[in-house]
Amino acid sequence: MDTPLAVRARGIRQCFGDVVALDGVELTVPAGQVHGLVGPNGAGKTTLLGLLLGLAVADSGTLEILGTPVGRALAVPEGVAGFVDGPGLYPSLTARQNLAALASLRGAPALGIDDVLEQVGLTDVADDRTRGFSLGMRQRLGLAAALLTKPRLLILDEPSNGLDPAGKHHVYGVLTRLAAEGTAVILSSHRMDDVEALCSEVTILSTGRVAFSGPLAELAGENDELGYRIVTSDPRAARTVAGGTAGVRIVDEHDVLVIAATVPVLDVLVKRLVQADIAVRELAPVVSPLEAAFLALTEPTDLEISR
Amino acid sequence: MTAIVAETPVVTEVSVARGYRFELVKLLSQWRVRLLVVACWLAPAVFVAVVSRQASLPVDTLFGRWMHATGWAGPLVLLGFSGSWALPLLTSLVAGDVFASEDRLGTWRHLLVAVRSPRRIFVAKALASLTVILLLVVGLVVSSAISGIAVVGNRPLIGLDGHVLSASDAAGKVVLAWACALAPTLALAAIGLLGSVALGRSPMGLLLPALVALAMQIVQMLPVPVAVRLALPGYGFISWNGLFTGPAQLKPMLIGVVVSLAWAVAATALAYHLFVRRDFTNPAHDGSGRRAIVVGALPLAILFGITTLVVAPATGATGSGIEQDKVQRALATEFAHLYRLQTTQLNRPGVTEQQLQTSAACTKGGDQVAARGPGNDWRCVVSWHVPGVAAAGSAIYQLDINPVGRYVADGDGPKEVNGYFLVRTPAGDEPNPLWQFDGSVELLPSTP
Repeated sequence: MDTPLAVRARGIRQCFGDVVALDGVELTVPAGQVHGLVGPNGAGKTTLLGLLLGLAVADSGTLEILGTPVGRALAVPEGVAGFVDGPGLYPSLTARQNLAALASLRGAPALGIDDVLEQVGLTDVADDRTRGFSLGMRQRLGLAAALLTKPRLLILDEPSNGLDPAGKHHVYGVLTRLAAEGTAVILSSHRMDDVEALCSEVTILSTGRVAFSGPLAELAGENDELGYRIVTSDPRAARTVAGGTAGVRIVDEHDVLVIAATVPVLDVLVKRLVQADIAVRELAPVVSPLEAAFLALTEPTDLEISR
Repeated sequence: MTAIVAETPVVTEVSVARGYRFELVKLLSQWRVRLLVVACWLAPAVFVAVVSRQASLPVDTLFGRWMHATGWAGPLVLLGFSGSWALPLLTSLVAGDVFASEDRLGTWRHLLVAVRSPRRIFVAKALASLTVILLLVVGLVVSSAISGIAVVGNRPLIGLDGHVLSASDAAGKVVLAWACALAPTLALAAIGLLGSVALGRSPMGLLLPALVALAMQIVQMLPVPVAVRLALPGYGFISWNGLFTGPAQLKPMLIGVVVSLAWAVAATALAYHLFVRRDFTNPAHDGSGRRAIVVGALPLAILFGITTLVVAPATGATGSGIEQDKVQRALATEFAHLYRLQTTQLNRPGVTEQQLQTSAACTKGGDQVAARGPGNDWRCVVSWHVPGVAAAGSAIYQLDINPVGRYVADGDGPKEVNGYFLVRTPAGDEPNPLWQFDGSVELLPSTP
């Protein structure tokens, strides 16, 4: 069965004076997918999100959003919501008044306000002025404002900034539910754990170009060597087993064993540890696969540095 | 396998009416605007009530000396003060911040995504700020008028040429005078919009209407040619004075209104031009810098130049507009009207202006300088005839004429006429209308 596309961008180029912000960017996001957009500062993430929200139009390339070609600024179709550079809130209004004013602006009934406030966990502060809101609360209210429009494409710039664990739980829950209901979500983040937890696919931007785009699983290649941190019941014996396993490189060997290995070699090592009657209490990558790939794809090479 | 969504979602436009309501909600939720509304609806009432009960009156302000006599003097005293201070400040605080506040809060992108049209955002913001300014101005009028009528009474008002306006006539002219002052208020509001758009979150944007108003007041105080004076929108805050003479000095008033409206339209158009061309993708935008000054200020300077060139030949106005024969005519007319008023107050036999045959002979600077232009060195001898008395009466008046043609006449003459500050009437002591009075010299050659 065909999956409808929420975003189809081809050859997007955007310049600000002499600065090339986006250079031949391709992006495909089907409906119902949570898509991560990562990249170092200045990679072009916010510019791309701005194009998707319709704040600007690309210098060249084609952009289709929810099946509609976008040819000029502020002409994205209905059903697109979100924010870049933080949500726009008016501090003299309460949370509820902010949402009611927005609903009124769009000519929508204010019936869903309580519901969206509950979804993002702001019911208790609904009648407080947003002047005193923390960054996390502002982010959640921004998400609530986007939800009011019942979006089919949700664009979020660093949505987990400033969120406490409870806030993060609410936001994760909302985004996951939206995706399950068919809404495409594109979020940028500097936090790889957020992207890994939420996104099924990711696009890595580096200096305005797409360095990688695809499923997370493809990003962390099985044959790439990664660092792992292993906590066992007998660190000394574990070190001996690891030292005797072909393909394992011991990086650190104090109370916690840190090794470098590929995924197949790691599998062998775990089997051997268990066979040696050593309990494996914790096994985790030192750097997440996504973060490792991110660093590998976006950090300048020695050759580039020498230039 | 993927495919493009087949249906084409419709883009729903946010109407100007909805945008206007949204902007109004935002403006009225600000404590500063709420405070202004409360102040404009309450403070004038308190001011008029307190001043009207005091022994000393604000005689330096036009109509201030009549605040004990009629409740309609209060709104006019307030209009004089508002034209100089209150209205420029109100326009600064409302129109001067309506765009800059979005810069300060970082909400432009949010607003654009919601409304999808910079044009409609501009119109909605301009209309909302205009509405709030009108609400404040109406508050000033209604509050001061109700307080004046309640505390002093709905009584006749003495005009700037000494003739008596009935209470209903005074009420109509008070409303008309405030309506005239709306035109320069709109011009300042438009300059506020322009400053708010062009200068972003810079405090200069907020201060621009107040600074422009101050600059125009300074120009009005200088001995500049009449054409220059009339070509500035600030003259609209003065030209309403002509409503309170008989016949009314309509020409300068209409010129003041038309010039102010031309500035309002031009400044709004420039603000619109700058706004719809703004790059909203740049979050660090902080005004359009030098280009804003060129695009914003230069056309207004050109408008001022053109208006001056049009007004001068169209009105035949030359020099300061204050000339000996005009001063003599204005003073003689006013003296005759006030003499009749005094006659009524003192229960003397009635007399008409024709019977009085009042004339005035004025010199300036003791004949050392030409008798023209503003100054406090005007000296006039007023003569009149009382029916049945062979000898003509005469009194000497010192006139302090300011550059916009307003004067204060301070008299010295027969003790029955202007010898004392108070006159004893059947109703008790009242201020002597011929002791000291305000008047107005029309700056233009003639009134239609």
